[in-house]
Amino acid sequence: MALSGSALGLMEASVYAPEVFARGLPASLLSGEQAEGRAVSVEPVAGPAPLLSLQGIGLSFGGVVALADIDLSVNPGEIRAIIGPNGAGKSSLINVISGVYRPDRGHIGLHGIGYAQVPTQRLARLGVARTFQNLALFKGLSVLDNVAAGLAYKVRSNFAGQVLGIGRSREERRDSLNRADQILDFLDLAAVRDRLAGTLPYGLQKRVELARALVAEPRLLLLDEPMAGMTANEKSEMAAFVRAARDRFATTVVLIEHDVGVVMGLSDRIAVLDYGRKIADATPDEVRNDPRVIDAYLGVASDNEALSRNEGRAGI
Amino acid sequence: MAAIPAEFSSAPVLPKWVVPVLLLAFAYGVVPLIGSSYLFEAILLPFLALSLAGVGLNILTGYAGQVSLGSAAFMAAGAFAAYNFNLRVEGLPLIGSIFLAGIVAAAIGIVFGLPSLRLRGFYLAVSTLAAQFFVQWALTKFSWFSNDSASGVIDAPRLSISGFALDGAVGRYFFALTIVAVLTFLAHRLVSSQTGRNLIAVRDNETAARIIGIPVLKTKLLAFAISSFIIGVAGVIWAFAYLRTVEPAGFNLDRSFQILFIIIIGGLASIRGAFFGAALIVVFPLALSRLGGFLLGDVFDSGVLDMSQRIVLGALIILFLILEPDGLVALWDRIRRRLLLAWQTT
Ligand SMILES: Nc1ncnc2c1ncn2[C@@H]1O[C@H](COP(=O)(O)OP(=O)(O)OP(=O)(O)O)[C@@H](O)[C@H]1O
Ligand SMILES: [Mg+2]
Repeated sequence: MALSGSALGLMEASVYAPEVFARGLPASLLSGEQAEGRAVSVEPVAGPAPLLSLQGIGLSFGGVVALADIDLSVNPGEIRAIIGPNGAGKSSLINVISGVYRPDRGHIGLHGIGYAQVPTQRLARLGVARTFQNLALFKGLSVLDNVAAGLAYKVRSNFAGQVLGIGRSREERRDSLNRADQILDFLDLAAVRDRLAGTLPYGLQKRVELARALVAEPRLLLLDEPMAGMTANEKSEMAAFVRAARDRFATTVVLIEHDVGVVMGLSDRIAVLDYGRKIADATPDEVRNDPRVIDAYLGVASDNEALSRNEGRAGI
Repeated sequence: MAAIPAEFSSAPVLPKWVVPVLLLAFAYGVVPLIGSSYLFEAILLPFLALSLAGVGLNILTGYAGQVSLGSAAFMAAGAFAAYNFNLRVEGLPLIGSIFLAGIVAAAIGIVFGLPSLRLRGFYLAVSTLAAQFFVQWALTKFSWFSNDSASGVIDAPRLSISGFALDGAVGRYFFALTIVAVLTFLAHRLVSSQTGRNLIAVRDNETAARIIGIPVLKTKLLAFAISSFIIGVAGVIWAFAYLRTVEPAGFNLDRSFQILFIIIIGGLASIRGAFFGAALIVVFPLALSRLGGFLLGDVFDSGVLDMSQRIVLGALIILFLILEPDGLVALWDRIRRRLLLAWQTT
């Protein structure tokens, strides 16, 4: 996987330095931070507070600049797409938002709390869930257990209680299985519930990953190419699931996707990256007609789109 | 390492507890009546000790995906700790010594598991060698551990549980069987618990595990602790019930490899696999020596036996890694399913 090795080393070595720079946050989140003595400064912000805001994010690997001075704000409830050619820095951006990478510069504001690096091990508790560009399921677990694992952050029983079957362990297990089953029904995965995740076809594995992320009912859902490698039918199915998830759980979605047709239809706003820079950030219609975007990306991508539409027709 | 357990068969199966319960009933009720002392001394006792060690290593390597070459060190730690608790703590029952020995092994396991927070795969395996060499060195260097015995070899204490002596071959067999059965049952509970699923998650995708809030560092250290506890107790059985002596040299790197081979051949991430693998490792040299003696007569002396053993075993491991990475367990399940289907269609 692309984010092993150096990335993890980076993560463990880092010091988290969150600071508050917006208001109107849920009290529970804020008080938790303040109790740890980490929240330091408060800056007033005009308008509705964004759920996620990136400020001046810069990240490079050796000589390669993956992200340069990226600002991005995501409002509650919107589906926010990030598009751009291969290597533009889209996955790096999601890795920065989820704390897998620590940016060299800039801040990540989540629910109004600012971080130099997002604390990955608390990510789920912060209401953030994500999927990966390359399949990242637990191959040796059943589909059901993969999805139930999405609730691992809530587990409070210890291993001795679990082994002896005492304390809250049984109750926890029952609850998480119930919720996993609900999500499996919602995403139409009940038929493969007991299969080992690694034995499923690619498209279904992608969907199980979405289920694992959704089961925690995150406030922010980061999807890194959830439809990559799918047939046109699978893509439109997946797009419908993403929209349904947003509507049902009031989840805010950040979506990376190469299929421009899907992106235009699904998203409220689109940010376009090229060589680590943000070259456009607007509504689908504006982006579609932006000459810089056409030059950098759409000129190439529209071929792909036409191609996948033909595939779709052939499939029907 | 591919460690995906075989899928459940679609054929109708008995409830899961039936086979283990029948096996236990057989092991307690029938084996003592029909077994010779050779069966207990040369086969069943080492089989039980190595199976338990395999169960322990499987939790760490098969389930949690952390490769370790230090198993024999944890066996040694367990054996010597139990010996010293038994010797030095007045009035401590044998079971207490064994439990505390497991705790000591677990503590050492945690210390040598710390590199796993940074290292993985090959590098981690090499760093667990440190445990292997350090423990052996310490046990040899400080004669206090072996109660200042001149040879470094010490006799195991008499086995008795609440005044009930278990010194004969059958008694030691009951002693070993009971401990192995209890710990195996607990290990089975563990791997099917939330903690067990966390182990698999960390093994299959550490980054994803971290993202969904599994405490990765804690999970890894817990795997080292639990695994070392079980392997430590296996060391006690090895020393107290099987060999009846305790010496550091018996717990060398060869032993560590042997236990690793047991779980590779038996099946990674399978509790049953440890028993399959241990059975093969114990029975195979005996069978080979009989066969060699029968076919080749006097030419097949202990030197030849040792060499042919290594060659055949090495070949077996390579074969398993290539043809059946899920081990004897997967092979067994496949054969059983075929037989069931054949039986159904007739
Ligand atoms: N862990 C890493 N180590 C070194 N270089 C990296 C790493 N991650 C990303 N990069 C580099 O950063 C740049 C941006 O990569 P990124 O994966 O973010 O692109 P992307 O927009 O997601 O591309 P794609 O559409 O192909 O997924 C690339 O040049 C890539 O090689
Ligand atoms: Mg990418």
